[in-house]
Amino acid sequence: MARKFGRRSFLAGTAAAAMPWAPAVAGAQGVRLGLLTVKTGPLAQGGLQMEQGLSVFLKQKGSMLAGRPVELIVADTGGNPAGAKTKAQELVERDKVDFIVGPLAAFELLAISAYIEQAQVPLLSLAAADDMTQRKPNSYFVRASATSSQCDHPLGDYAAKEMNLKRVATISEDFAFGYEQAGGFQRVFEGEGGRIVKKLWPPLNTADFTPFLAQIADVDGVWNGFAGANPIKFNQQYAGLGLKAKYPVLGGWTAYDDALLKSFGDDAMGAISAAWYSSDLDTASNRRFVADMVKQYGNVPGGYAAGTFINGMCIEAALEKTGGKTDDRATLIAALRGVSLTDTPRGTFHFDRFGNVVGNVFIRRLERKDGRLVNTIVKTYPNVSQFWTFDEKKYLAQPVYSRDYPPLRS
Amino acid sequence: MIRAAAAAVALCALAAAPLWIPGGYYLNILSQILIYAIFALGLNLLVGYAGLVSLGHAGLFGVACYAVAWLVAAGAGQLVAALGALAVLLATTAAFAVLSLRSAGIGFLMITLAIGQILWGMAYRWIDLTGGDNGINLAARPQPFGISLAFATPFYYFTLIVFLVALASVAVFIASPLGASLKGTRDQPRRMSALGYNVWLIRFLAFLFSGLWSGVAGLLFCYYNQFVSPNVLSLGSSAEALLMVISGGSGTLLGPIAGAALVVVMKNVASAYIERWNFLLGAIFVAIVLFMPEGLVPGSARLGRRLWLRLRGVPAAGGAR
Amino acid sequence: MNQWLLLGVNSITLGGLLFLLSAGFSLIFGLMRIPNLTHGSFFMLGAYIGVSFLGLGLGFWAAALLAAAAMAVIGGGIERLLLRRLAGQELAQVLVTLGLSFMIADLCLMIWGGDPISLDTPAGLSGAVPIASIVFPAYRLAIVVIAVVIAVALWLMLERTRLGAMIRAGVDDAPMARVVGIRVSRLFTLIFCLGAGIAGFAGVMGGPILSVYPGLDADMLPLALIIVILGGTGSLLGALLGSIVVGFLYNFGQVLFPEIAYIILFLPMLLILLFRPQGLFGRHAP
Repeated sequence: MARKFGRRSFLAGTAAAAMPWAPAVAGAQGVRLGLLTVKTGPLAQGGLQMEQGLSVFLKQKGSMLAGRPVELIVADTGGNPAGAKTKAQELVERDKVDFIVGPLAAFELLAISAYIEQAQVPLLSLAAADDMTQRKPNSYFVRASATSSQCDHPLGDYAAKEMNLKRVATISEDFAFGYEQAGGFQRVFEGEGGRIVKKLWPPLNTADFTPFLAQIADVDGVWNGFAGANPIKFNQQYAGLGLKAKYPVLGGWTAYDDALLKSFGDDAMGAISAAWYSSDLDTASNRRFVADMVKQYGNVPGGYAAGTFINGMCIEAALEKTGGKTDDRATLIAALRGVSLTDTPRGTFHFDRFGNVVGNVFIRRLERKDGRLVNTIVKTYPNVSQFWTFDEKKYLAQPVYSRDYPPLRS
Repeated sequence: MIRAAAAAVALCALAAAPLWIPGGYYLNILSQILIYAIFALGLNLLVGYAGLVSLGHAGLFGVACYAVAWLVAAGAGQLVAALGALAVLLATTAAFAVLSLRSAGIGFLMITLAIGQILWGMAYRWIDLTGGDNGINLAARPQPFGISLAFATPFYYFTLIVFLVALASVAVFIASPLGASLKGTRDQPRRMSALGYNVWLIRFLAFLFSGLWSGVAGLLFCYYNQFVSPNVLSLGSSAEALLMVISGGSGTLLGPIAGAALVVVMKNVASAYIERWNFLLGAIFVAIVLFMPEGLVPGSARLGRRLWLRLRGVPAAGGAR
Repeated sequence: MNQWLLLGVNSITLGGLLFLLSAGFSLIFGLMRIPNLTHGSFFMLGAYIGVSFLGLGLGFWAAALLAAAAMAVIGGGIERLLLRRLAGQELAQVLVTLGLSFMIADLCLMIWGGDPISLDTPAGLSGAVPIASIVFPAYRLAIVVIAVVIAVALWLMLERTRLGAMIRAGVDDAPMARVVGIRVSRLFTLIFCLGAGIAGFAGVMGGPILSVYPGLDADMLPLALIIVILGGTGSLLGALLGSIVVGFLYNFGQVLFPEIAYIILFLPMLLILLFRPQGLFGRHAP
């Protein structure tokens, strides 16, 4: 039995130590929370932060939500779709969880989407695949972070209106997350008079971006949508080739996530990014969250940690509405989608009818303050929907953003 | 005699698995082990019996996976889709074989690796066909003879039947004259050639057979997950299958099955209890090489025999003298 | 115009870095016939060890050399304890080198965490150098110089020293070499130390360009394989030329054929394997 419970981080190691009988109690009447994350391989960076964010949240709550003890069960998908499916089954069928937080990557989410719909377990994921809340919605899905394109719509607006950029080149990894981000930026930027002159798509495992960077000329700025470890490499190489001095650089939330700040040198200074979370945001819950993250893990939180923390808040709010009950799944998901919060690490938000968040998007500038790098908020776009200012019906009638949509104007 | 008894016991245990395995989740794990075992059985035909080490077999596994998902999505019936996928698979395998059999040894390994990587790259970039990294969903599992495979138990039996057919066919193949000549081409290719055997043709047929079972495993994998994305074709997947074959014992009938069980259990079950399961898996591979370089199955058989002899008071080492 | 010049210069500098990556792999593969699938892990582990030395306040070059030394010790240990007993057993070699790469990847995650780490360009090389109409990072040019120095040093060692003669003898005909009193097994350990050491050094050298992150190992290993296949196995010159060819293929291929970006290196690799299995510059088929 000891082995069996070894895996379960009962939040608050202290609480577990103080209540050695907690597992039995939790098994009987606790809320079971499953976390699908990645703890091995190249995606582990974000995966570990997801675990940290949720742990900080549950520790703040003393592992009690809406009067019920909470048991957290962490599953490592290994960062692949088949692993995500198996681990989702493990959480649902063996551990009988009431909610699943995660998974991390879009391809993991898409691999389990049908299963989740069938198993009727509320799923709160950070994975950004646009169509999960657009053209292929899932009625048990809730996304409190953002779609891939959600932050890049306002960034396109900002680039055109406030930065007065006219000609921009985009560069992003050659896969769906890159296409959707770039598509969102392009559509709004071009809608407001700007022009995308070049779209560059380095493959996922590109070691040297120079051949792509060599093609950038005659522009006012460069937008990038990198994720994972690539932002570090990209900014090093971009600055190394002297491009940073010529063309200002913009990026999506994964490209300049706050958790990456300790990894960036001066190469990324001045970058303008759009994100749905910023550790710089001054709300009571965010100040406490950031302080706890620094204290417990030595990390300034970025989107991955904040995302699971906010998911925890959504779960708590939903449980309070249902009086702690989780057995009626239809009521539970309705309660979850009806959550509307004001004091969160990302500020005020609520969900639309697809379960996708409507909330703040922050435009930040990367600067050095008191010797360390920070993303300073320079503008806040409130109540940003995944459809931006477009009409929902017309938006959904168009294809999802892809490599060739919107097309490059010649 | 003992062997036959052991086989009967194993068969009964597998047939009765839904009775003794607690819950659908673990039965699904067992189904996964069988799927990967079929994949490894197929790969072992090349690695173990032909002496040709492929690092691109996930390409064949993946092609079958994509083909069936694509055909079903395009509106084909399940049977048509399955047969169509097998046809696509065999055509791909034949091309794969013709290209890679230009070489043997490390050259063969490198060619298969390159082809595997090219197929992986195509899965990412040929988005119209594959959906890119968003993959393709399979709407439903097939219903052979009207039996729904939606739940764990019927799917398990379906997989078990396919697995037993695969196992039997591989066993028959190996015991056949063709299997014997395949082993000949592994050990003495020049002599086989001198004796008038068409080494290339023997290898080609073995490759087709190997590809067939790898692809069938891919089909089952697609049915199981109801989702396919470029990850199934990655170099990591190819390496994983190869590790299953070698760790279990290449060139033995049961080795690949043990290897498949080891890897699937470590990835899916042990990972729930041991945070650093990836390290442990690597360490197990290293330990296997140190203590049973011939693989788990033949290695345990050897250790078992030695133990048996020691128990009976026969000095183990050098006892034959 | 500028673009093509930039690509040309970068092809050579990337080639330099790739040579540092592949030289060790080529040595081990060419001389010992071991397909060392841990090579990408050696590169990554070396980079991480370099990070730790830098964290102790050492200079960049000292950190790179110490990381190389540490990797040489680790590589030698692996050869002595594991690979030694597997001579000629290709499958067991694959199993053990892949097993080690799993262990090293997870170990790095445990020790250094998952966050990417960028290495600062060493002082004095952080600027840019004007070349005709473009400016190019000085550090990348320095890598070419280092690659050439290492290539010449290795070549001199193999061709002009007693040790090199013994290595060549041991490789050509190990039993005969033993008969004439060469301790072949010690030579093999030495080669492995050298190969792992260069890989570790390359990892640190790559740091200011590639940064260090989980998954770096898997990104690098296929490149080493491609270079050795293209250049031809068992020749240092092959590895050097193969690296430069890959540098050019990669740089110009990505620009000229963006549609096949994902397979820009594997397609030529396949063609070479099919039509010139000895590699562009090799003498014997592998």
